[in-house]
Amino acid sequence: MIHKMRAVIINRRKAARLPSLLAALAITGVSLLSGCPALADEPTGGPPAATTTEAPKVDLILDDSGSMRTADIQGRSRLSVAQQSLDEVVDALPDETEFGIRVLGATYPGNDKSQGCLDTQSLYPVGKTNKVEAKTAVATLRPTGWTPIGLALRGAAQDLGPGQTTRRIVLITDGEDDCAPPDPCDVARQLAAQGIHLVIDTLGLAHDDNVKNQLLCIANATGGTYTDVRTQEQLSKKLKQIVGQADNTYRQTPAAATGTDTCAGAPVLAPGVYSDREKFSEHRYYRVPVQPGQELRASVSVSLDRAVARDYGVLLQATDTSGQELVRGTDAGSGRTDVVSTGLRWAASRTSQDSPSPTAATTATTTSTAGGDVCLVVSNSLAPQPGVATDPGLPLELTVGLTTASPAPSGPVLGLGRGWTLLLVLTGAGLVCGLLFGWIARWRIAVWREN
Amino acid sequence: MRTTTTWTVLLAGGLLALAPAAAATAASPSPSPSSSGPAAPASTAGNSFLTATSLAPGQDASVDADTGDYLYWSFAASEGQTPTVTVTVTLPAATDRHGPQTWTTEVFDGLRRRQSCTAGTQSATAAQSAATLTSSCTLRQIRSWAEPWSGDPLPGTYYVKLSVADAPGQDLGLPAQARLHIASTGGADDAQPEGGALKAALVPPVNAGATLAPDVTAAPTAAPTATATATATTGLLGAAAPAAAVSHWYSDWFSQWNTRWGWTLAGGALASLAGVAGYSLTRHPRRSRRPGAYGPGAREQHERYVEATRG
Repeated sequence: MIHKMRAVIINRRKAARLPSLLAALAITGVSLLSGCPALADEPTGGPPAATTTEAPKVDLILDDSGSMRTADIQGRSRLSVAQQSLDEVVDALPDETEFGIRVLGATYPGNDKSQGCLDTQSLYPVGKTNKVEAKTAVATLRPTGWTPIGLALRGAAQDLGPGQTTRRIVLITDGEDDCAPPDPCDVARQLAAQGIHLVIDTLGLAHDDNVKNQLLCIANATGGTYTDVRTQEQLSKKLKQIVGQADNTYRQTPAAATGTDTCAGAPVLAPGVYSDREKFSEHRYYRVPVQPGQELRASVSVSLDRAVARDYGVLLQATDTSGQELVRGTDAGSGRTDVVSTGLRWAASRTSQDSPSPTAATTATTTSTAGGDVCLVVSNSLAPQPGVATDPGLPLELTVGLTTASPAPSGPVLGLGRGWTLLLVLTGAGLVCGLLFGWIARWRIAVWREN
Repeated sequence: MRTTTTWTVLLAGGLLALAPAAAATAASPSPSPSSSGPAAPASTAGNSFLTATSLAPGQDASVDADTGDYLYWSFAASEGQTPTVTVTVTLPAATDRHGPQTWTTEVFDGLRRRQSCTAGTQSATAAQSAATLTSSCTLRQIRSWAEPWSGDPLPGTYYVKLSVADAPGQDLGLPAQARLHIASTGGADDAQPEGGALKAALVPPVNAGATLAPDVTAAPTAAPTATATATATTGLLGAAAPAAAVSHWYSDWFSQWNTRWGWTLAGGALASLAGVAGYSLTRHPRRSRRPGAYGPGAREQHERYVEATRG
């Protein structure tokens, strides 16, 4: 080896060739590798999203009560502004959207409350819209009667019918419901609790505080929006936005699940999104089968659809079937919010069977294994404000995912190094080795000469 | 021999210069805006996690909203990045307002876990007379791997939620405009822990689930990521998901490609050069044609030799 090396070194030309060769190799290597396209970021075309046959459905409730004749929006009457905006929205309807119109207070002009408060009809049925017919129907409306909002909401829910996708009700009104009971906000909450996937967006044409509070309450109860209409352009724009939103997001609808109060009888969930209802201080259990080598990912959102105490929190726990906690996710806050949410990850460990807890070993009743069923427990630290209904429970949304567990990393890739220190150390080591070999060679020559 | 030394020095210098250059070229595997430029600003926002509008990398959002709306967007972040979310709100006309407004930007990960902001005004309050308000949030650096029990930010979907935290009741519902901009610094090369990888990005399912029979022991593993990736490109359905890398036969070798390759190769080359240089330093002086040119003590030997021949 040393003889060989010496032979190389002694020859000047060869000695000059060796470093150049090495350097050339290194340079080619570096340039090749840096040009490597392995990490090109191109979106991959996956399978197309699951399509449903249901169309996005929007039912619009137009207030046609006597107060709509008030001319306070840019000098025009509230109804004429609403009519113009409706015309524009009908013109701009997406093809697949099924659109309907319901009116309230449109036919009974009298003073009999019991009769006036039943006055709500479907003006144009929910379905594929004939734009000319719909616009003609809207144009015939004249401000007339009472404001039975609660009843109109129920009617609209019937107009929309049952379905698996999210439907929207758009309420355009200028007045407080003067027909309560039923209180429209309670009606909205009950409709939402029926699990028929309704969202109610409200648009207020009057700037009265009571109207505003009522419409805000309706919107909050169903996860909708509230708009204070100041101009006709704003109304048109908002309506188009709502219709577009219905079109884009109606398929994102959770499946209904009903959690139980113990782990044993809890519903078994496959990956996906679920909705449920949870009362104040209630615990809800769900089960998810998790195999060894799988990772469970779960998240939960509790919507605050009514007035709750200032501070709030939510807790999502994963336990094994014996009730041992595996992991928890928690969030808390205070102030104005729509949901309070948290999530957790948990991977079924392959070795957890090796160390059973003393209690588990002695009682021998637990079937706790690595993998198997995991119970998800959703609980909340919410309190209602005085006078707020506690039934039905608050809307709860649960997502469950299962993926391959990710093992802990073993360190930098293939044991490669980085940095100036590395270069210095390697160079120093090379130098020392070179010197060492050189000295050994010299010493050997000297020994050989002497002999 | 002098030529050899010159070559060695030159090449060593060249390699040293090359190593950081390689580092610079390799350190940009993060999703960069495509050649066609960033997409037009999104004009919508969702009003729940499930209906959040997903934004493409580099895409802004500009939305007409109402004071009091809860606006949701989702964007994808990959390992090593440090995203910064900046929100500019054009407030309703000052004459319509009755007091100061506080807007809050909150960021949640794909599991709807609240993410801490390391910098920025997460909650901004505007006086009644103010026309605009700016709020921002810089996340922690996205890690390549974390224990399931930790809440560290991981590659996947991130949700931005913009809401009014505090405003006079009379001001709710007034029209406002929100502009959202997301910028990211850093790339996969900085990701910690090194060598760590998440098998599946934290992309939540958006499709409805199914309740199984109670005796089922293994749930079918749906592919929420695949669906989400496919739909994220259309921008309609599904949460934003980071783009997956294209797989090749050599991907396993170089999927973890980073500047360590350059540094290590350069180090090896330098070491070999240094070895050659070290060896040549110890060359036997008697073998040298010009004594004194090389080796420790060679000059003294030469001088002694000269003196001896004179004497």
